[in-house]
Amino acid sequence: MTTSIKQLPDIEQVLSGNGACGGCPATMALRIVGKALGTNAIMLLTPSCAVASMGMTPRLGYNWPCINICFATAGSSASGITHALEIMREKGRLQGELPTVFSWVGDGGTYDIGFQALSAAAERNDNIIHFCYNNEAYSNTGVQRSGATPRGAFTTTTPAGKRQTKKNMALLMLEHNIPYVATATVAYPGDLYDKVLKARNIPGMKYIEILAPCYLGWQFDMPETVRMSRMAVRSGAWLLWEGENGKISFNHPSSLIISGKKEAAPVDEYLIKQGRFNRLLKGPDAESRIAAIQGDINREIAFMRERAKITV
Amino acid sequence: MKSVTKPYRPISWPMKGAGGDTGSWRAHRPVIDNQICTKCQICWVYCPEAVIDRNEITIDYRYCKGCGVCAVECPTGAISMLKEEE
Repeated sequence: MTTSIKQLPDIEQVLSGNGACGGCPATMALRIVGKALGTNAIMLLTPSCAVASMGMTPRLGYNWPCINICFATAGSSASGITHALEIMREKGRLQGELPTVFSWVGDGGTYDIGFQALSAAAERNDNIIHFCYNNEAYSNTGVQRSGATPRGAFTTTTPAGKRQTKKNMALLMLEHNIPYVATATVAYPGDLYDKVLKARNIPGMKYIEILAPCYLGWQFDMPETVRMSRMAVRSGAWLLWEGENGKISFNHPSSLIISGKKEAAPVDEYLIKQGRFNRLLKGPDAESRIAAIQGDINREIAFMRERAKITV
Repeated sequence: MKSVTKPYRPISWPMKGAGGDTGSWRAHRPVIDNQICTKCQICWVYCPEAVIDRNEITIDYRYCKGCGVCAVECPTGAISMLKEEE
């Protein structure tokens, strides 16, 4: 049973008046993550929008000890800190429960630039939580193409739409044989809260990916952030699942799409709302290009359905 | 002004208003109609800025950036976005 909105705790770890854009999905997700993690945590940030959201020097927008690190080092820095904490406890300098070490990284620092360090940390199975808030582009530097950008999307480096598909990063992390992998999105806060709470109590490497529809990068209206995130899940473009020790289970409402109880909504409506797909929908070959995107989504759903059957 | 007795340390502390008084960014002001509001707390959970009080359902206009997510997500339509006057 998913935690309902009224059961969420009162604690606020993202403080009002931070430097994020209005309607930012990253701070929206971080608030829910903060409710699950509590105050006893250490936050690592690679260069991303989340660093800009921290605000100006005498004040800090997040209620955690924050460390700003290099772009490529999310995995290795978090490993170093968690090992240092363990040694400090052995020497008797730290008492009580050790703080949760987590990194809050965008899709650039996870999919592309930070992948090597993250893969190494996963292989070592260090006791950290890696959060990837995925806005499907390098939005902080003005929307450039990343490994998470879907086929057909406009970015400043793919002016005619990206030609390649995105990679399934969460599944890649599952194949590292880490204890816990999950995907979530901002439209389902109870689901996200449960996953973070579960990850916090598991020792070892945890990876949680959160789809964060950025209205500047995706070019839709500012108030539609949550609605866009919900449409991504209902159309099957984003699947909610969690993998515990290699066993995949799907969460509502993606479980209905996977089991075939409910048809996934056609992707057209989801694409039309986003300005980044405008070029694709205006050309003469619009139908074949939409069919290509629908094909990508259908293939992903079919693949994940078969992958979930492997439980060995 | 740097204090002479306290050495200056370049450390930030968690405080509200790290980006300044962000209420000045607002173009539209969310206004809650308490007659229609059912206190379901959906606006509170989706507010990216944490400016909505959970129990009273009131908005801290000093920091509200006016994104309008609360108005779109409100199931009863109790929140309306009014244009900010000069």
